[in-house]
Amino acid sequence: MLRNRQDTFGWGAIVLHWAIALLIVGLIALGYVMTRPDIDPELQFSLYQWHKSFGMTALALAFIRLIWWLSNIHPAPVASLSALERRASSVTHALLLALTIAVPLVGWAIASTSTLNIPTLFFNRVLIPHLPMEKSEAAETFWSDAHAWLAYGLAGLVVLHAGAALLHHFWHRDVVLRRMLGIFRRDAASNAHQQPEGTDR
Amino acid sequence: MKQFYGPCLAACVLVLAATSAEARAPSLDDAAGRYDIDGSSQINFSVAQTGGGGISGKFGKFSGTFQLDGKDIRKSVVEFSLFPDTVQTGEPRIEKFLRSSAIFDTANHPEIVFRSTKITQTGEDTAEIEGKLTAKGTTRTEHFSAKLTKWNRRTISFQIEGGIYRDHYNMSAGLPIYSNIVQFDMTVNGQKH
Repeated sequence: MLRNRQDTFGWGAIVLHWAIALLIVGLIALGYVMTRPDIDPELQFSLYQWHKSFGMTALALAFIRLIWWLSNIHPAPVASLSALERRASSVTHALLLALTIAVPLVGWAIASTSTLNIPTLFFNRVLIPHLPMEKSEAAETFWSDAHAWLAYGLAGLVVLHAGAALLHHFWHRDVVLRRMLGIFRRDAASNAHQQPEGTDR
Repeated sequence: MKQFYGPCLAACVLVLAATSAEARAPSLDDAAGRYDIDGSSQINFSVAQTGGGGISGKFGKFSGTFQLDGKDIRKSVVEFSLFPDTVQTGEPRIEKFLRSSAIFDTANHPEIVFRSTKITQTGEDTAEIEGKLTAKGTTRTEHFSAKLTKWNRRTISFQIEGGIYRDHYNMSAGLPIYSNIVQFDMTVNGQKH
């Protein structure tokens, strides 16, 4: 099913989740490599353009993810969670969603305020206009710093989030990870400790 | 050596001057002679970018001479060198990028040279300059159009324009966001020897 159910995620949420996850990891790696001071300048230019195109992709998907999140029911937390854990997980999820939108948006602000005035040409095909912001070195520096810190924050949350999922899967042996992998089955809910039989799509 | 955008061809044209309206007073023989390209010249270039606008700038250091043949403009010759390290765009990071290995590679190719091979008069005060442009280790034939704009007994000025495909010179960084064509728009002032 495409939409979420009370007991698990629909394909829509699953595909968005993993596509965004992949983009985040790739974009952080790309962001690190492209800002090395000794990088070849031509390669650096290209990597920045790739970073912008993939970042715009992440922004679009995160926005769709937000709509999806607002318009779908949320599968219930697994029963074993304490009140504190429930609270921690919902705060983490909300922050993750907010940052997947905020980080690329702030990146867009860098390109828009930079005195380099380099156009954003989405995968060398479609011109994405700059945000209506004034260009200045001060603004570019501010948004660059904000982009970096928000990205570090996002990376930290990703580690926390993935660590928690792995803990649930391998330690608690519950459905938390499997239902986001799409290998949750209705009858598995009551046998959460068993190995999943589904293929991993 | 390397050089890139070649600017300058200018001179040759002069000859034409002889017949131009502005040149009425002096004779062609007066215009003939050897000129040094003066520091007051403007070697401007621009590269368009997607969505409008682009990078424009100029080169601060250059040198050259032209020899005007009073009897046969076709025998005139122009030589021009510019030093891409002196590129100015108003944005230091762009200048640094242009000097880097991505574009001019000024550390290894400090000079861009143009040497005319053929000058053809195309109008009363215009000419087409063909020559060899050497930039970043590549030499190719390029064309510029020249128009005589000013002259007197001691000095002569040309407006010289032409477009160079930068990917021919191993300077394709930034494609396709930035145009492959570098447009030169130069005011070349010669001081007679």
